[in-house]
Amino acid sequence: MDLKIKVESLNFYYGAFQALEDIHMNVHENKITALIGPSGCGKSTFIRTLNRMNDMIEGTRVEGSILLDGENILKNETDVVDLRKRVGMVFQKPNPFPKTIYENVIYGPKRHGIKNKSQLDELVEKSLTGAALWNEVKDKLHQSALALSGGQQQRLCIARCLAMEPEVLLMDEPTSALDPIATQKIEELFEALKKKYTIVIVTHSMQQAGRISDFTGFFLNGELLEYGETDVLFTKPRDKRTEDYITGRFG
Amino acid sequence: MEINTQTNMHTIKRKNNINSRKLKNKVFHGFLILATTMSIIVLALLLYQIFSTGFKYLSFDFLNNMPSRFPHKAGIKSALVGSIWVISLTALFSFPLGVGTAIYLEKYSNSKSWLNKLLQINIANLAGVPSIVYGMLGLAVFVRFFNFERSILSGALTLTLLILPVIIVAAQEAIKSVPDSLIQGSFALGVTKWQTITGVVLPYALPGILTGTILAISRAMGEAAPLIMVGAAGYIAFMPSGPMDSFTVLPIQIFNWTSRPQAEFQNIAAAGIIVLMALLLTANATAIILRNKYQNRTD
Repeated sequence: MDLKIKVESLNFYYGAFQALEDIHMNVHENKITALIGPSGCGKSTFIRTLNRMNDMIEGTRVEGSILLDGENILKNETDVVDLRKRVGMVFQKPNPFPKTIYENVIYGPKRHGIKNKSQLDELVEKSLTGAALWNEVKDKLHQSALALSGGQQQRLCIARCLAMEPEVLLMDEPTSALDPIATQKIEELFEALKKKYTIVIVTHSMQQAGRISDFTGFFLNGELLEYGETDVLFTKPRDKRTEDYITGRFG
Repeated sequence: MEINTQTNMHTIKRKNNINSRKLKNKVFHGFLILATTMSIIVLALLLYQIFSTGFKYLSFDFLNNMPSRFPHKAGIKSALVGSIWVISLTALFSFPLGVGTAIYLEKYSNSKSWLNKLLQINIANLAGVPSIVYGMLGLAVFVRFFNFERSILSGALTLTLLILPVIIVAAQEAIKSVPDSLIQGSFALGVTKWQTITGVVLPYALPGILTGTILAISRAMGEAAPLIMVGAAGYIAFMPSGPMDSFTVLPIQIFNWTSRPQAEFQNIAAAGIIVLMALLLTANATAIILRNKYQNRTD
């Protein structure tokens, strides 16, 4: 198994509050890594350090290193624009732009310099197919994306990410705003996506983590309490608190 | 037995309460209708007054003639053209400046810095400064210091200063209303800040920005006081051909006519007011159509 991301001694602060404490984690290529834990445990903060989205919040500070293919992305010289091209992100609430479906998909590529119409058309079909949305929207590409259902909107956001041809996909509770059927569709999609991408997903649902992920990390109070292969973590947790959480005794 | 009486008491009390609340509801409803009718009646009276005096004086000649000291020959052409010149230039200057300032304040400058706070307070205060004060500023700065003379350019720059604060505040509010999730979504795609502003923020905020700009420009169109200060003349018998020409505008022409003793001038003043209102409505309608066009795109 190849290593895609290596996190070492990561500390993160919102002002004086320490949100992440000494995190060590290896994210493997073409695997799905799920992050679970109760609200406020730092899992969303963690996933947002991987594409430096926390840079946008004033008064935050980060220590340690995150190596993406061996290169530390927390360095000052890192080009965050290029980093976010390589590490895409899908958010909790579907956030399609108030534009057409077509424009949503080409939003990123067009701004990265692809102007050729046929190249863009091809990219749209490829990305929407990759997000298992093509068949549903191919006849209404030039209609507003906001007319889609919640689950379709979220898959459009995934397609928007895929259009950038990233290496890593970060998903911050991508199904928490969706109904069970839409959730199932997106979970099925993950299986196909992991052949090409490395996926890190934050989820509130332990069942989801169990169903889809290869590795699971359990966060509690800003610490990564336990991390390992999903099968092992769910059947033989080392830590008592992990066991309590996954058996539903708290959280 | 005792319990029964108590329940009855409660029911009665509640019923009274309902009646008084319903009464309040009716009173308030009536008050709102009264308030609305009052303003509509005043507006209707005003319109009736103006149309009944001015309408018969409206003609092609009136629109196409220069002002004259003979009321039956007097027309409004130079003032109409002057107004269009001044307003076009004002819009041209104030829109990019105002929107640019709003983008800077909202998206680039640190909102917690003392400079930003100072600017915010100043802009809010400037929006409330009487227009005549801007006229004096325009006279000192544009007419005298920059030596633009008593020109269309001086007038337009003065009006630009006058409406800039309004445009800035409206644009800031519109930019603030753009959902953070969209901005984050754009950044997460590896798109730069400027591309995010042009790609997501401005298209989303445009209807709001346009609404604020419409209001501000309409205000500028009706202004006479600051333009009198920078030297718009009451009598211009030639067509302005460039931004450095001297000029007059509709409100000043109307003011000039109403201040004359002859009754006929009062009548053509009313006709002038109709022209001014038509111009205002046209400008507003254009802007509203533009706004709706963009609103439909974002809905």
